[in-house]
Amino acid sequence: MKLDLLTSLYVFMLAAFIGFEVIRRVSPLLHTPLMSLTNALDAIAVVGAILLAGEYHAHGATLAKILGTIAIVAATSNIVGGFLITDRMLRMFKASGPKKP
Amino acid sequence: MRNVPGLEQIIEVTYLIATALFILALKWLSSPKTARRGVFAGELGMLLAIAGTLLNRGIVEYKWIVIALVLGTIIGVPLGEVAMTAVPQRTALSHAFGALCVTLVGTAEFYLRTPDVPRFMMGVLSLEVILGSLTFTGSLMAAGKLQELLPQRPITYKGQNLVNLGLLGVAIVIAGMLVAHPEKAYLFPLIVGIPLLFGVMMIIPIGGADMPTVISLLNSYAGLSAAAMGFVLDSKLLIIAGALDGASGLILSVNMSKAMNRSFSNVLFGAFGQEQAAVAGKQEARPVRSATPEEAAAILAAANKVVIVPGYGMAVAQAQHKVRELYDALTKRGVDVKFGIHPVAGRMPGHMNVLLAEADIPYDKLLDMDEINGDFPQTDVALVIGANDVTNPAARTDAASPIFGMPILDVDKARTVMVIKRSMGAGFAGIENPLYYLDKTLMLFGDAKSFVGSIVRELGGGHE
Repeated sequence: MKLDLLTSLYVFMLAAFIGFEVIRRVSPLLHTPLMSLTNALDAIAVVGAILLAGEYHAHGATLAKILGTIAIVAATSNIVGGFLITDRMLRMFKASGPKKP
Repeated sequence: MRNVPGLEQIIEVTYLIATALFILALKWLSSPKTARRGVFAGELGMLLAIAGTLLNRGIVEYKWIVIALVLGTIIGVPLGEVAMTAVPQRTALSHAFGALCVTLVGTAEFYLRTPDVPRFMMGVLSLEVILGSLTFTGSLMAAGKLQELLPQRPITYKGQNLVNLGLLGVAIVIAGMLVAHPEKAYLFPLIVGIPLLFGVMMIIPIGGADMPTVISLLNSYAGLSAAAMGFVLDSKLLIIAGALDGASGLILSVNMSKAMNRSFSNVLFGAFGQEQAAVAGKQEARPVRSATPEEAAAILAAANKVVIVPGYGMAVAQAQHKVRELYDALTKRGVDVKFGIHPVAGRMPGHMNVLLAEADIPYDKLLDMDEINGDFPQTDVALVIGANDVTNPAARTDAASPIFGMPILDVDKARTVMVIKRSMGAGFAGIENPLYYLDKTLMLFGDAKSFVGSIVRELGGGHE
């Protein structure tokens, strides 16, 4: 248990560094799509909500089911909406044609 | 299918691949050329992770999961189809949804585990629900302001910061008590309820022009609360996705606060929009030079190099498509047209770029403040459309100005400056803009959309 937590902290720290390095390179041009994409990725929390709503609980099962179900709805709408709008935005970004590649 | 040996390992591998795909998604977003591939990588990762989760042997009932997934999709599709001008409020709303999900899961986890919640677990669980619930109401408020359901103007009162910080402080103290005594379950509703209230109070004093910073900050909070949820559920995938989102929000917040010359602690404590109230009032009638669309068109047609500086006013007037026609008409005459975009122009980071890209303006003509500022001395005409404070030279020269030190677009270094503006009213911050009184400045009074339309007609372009 203790070891698991420490591993998780290492994972968090490394992910934060990777995040800073990768996202620093995103051009300001794409900051709006960046935000909608990270928002969609963040909705991976749906994984936790699915387990909460679907797993067997000895007590508090109704609460878990209700909250889990609402949480899945919220996260799924972010996943679907987030990916859709990010792609829509990115499709609009075009270079100025043959003269300037 | 769920009797496959090694299923757990298979699920873990889907999570591992999903993590790699998420990082690639952000990496590919660095250039418009590879960005769409990034979205695809993200989608694939998400699909894998959800499919893997659904295979989990622990799941005993699928009915509600399926209903919720379908319902979420039904809500999500229209949210992906909103107009580009509505993207800021859509983004705020999606932060609220993300935070709602995290808060609900955190709350359920607490009641499932109480009374034996390990200390560390209780700590991250508190962090998860505090950040989650304040982000939930804060983002709803931000979305309401952006959609103009709520007054956009900042509402301030005496002792506001004290009240806000006090609320947050109380929530943190209660969280501390819970960590010390996790069995005191009756305290838990408070660390959800107080931050919910704090989220509302935090956004009340925030005006429209501060929204880019606030949205970025809420983005960061949403990410951090998701990462905390990852600690609670011991899900590395969630920790990583949350950390990436948190980092992204943090970088954007720092960018935005730098672009507004506010210290980062000022931003962190939500003390936005405090200074401006005091400054308004000092208005004197000084002469300005104004011009008609015909005159403006003649000057633009004679120019070699034009830089257009768009601001939120352009979005409000829905003038971006007319601006595109102007760009076409001038480019056809051989004029070099570029766009200079301030980081905080609009209501969220990158807002102007998206609007102009939607209007089919090539992205290599959209230049960041640092890229364009060196060009102004060689620019014949700087055309400001619906931007004000980000062009105010007082930020460079007048130490008494409230925006002194804020990086601006140096439009005043161009040979001629033209400003499309409804009237001489002061900008968001209520600050006089000396730019308007320069000899080289021509004020073009009118609605941005119709004024640009008239210029285009004069230039003989446009397609009605």
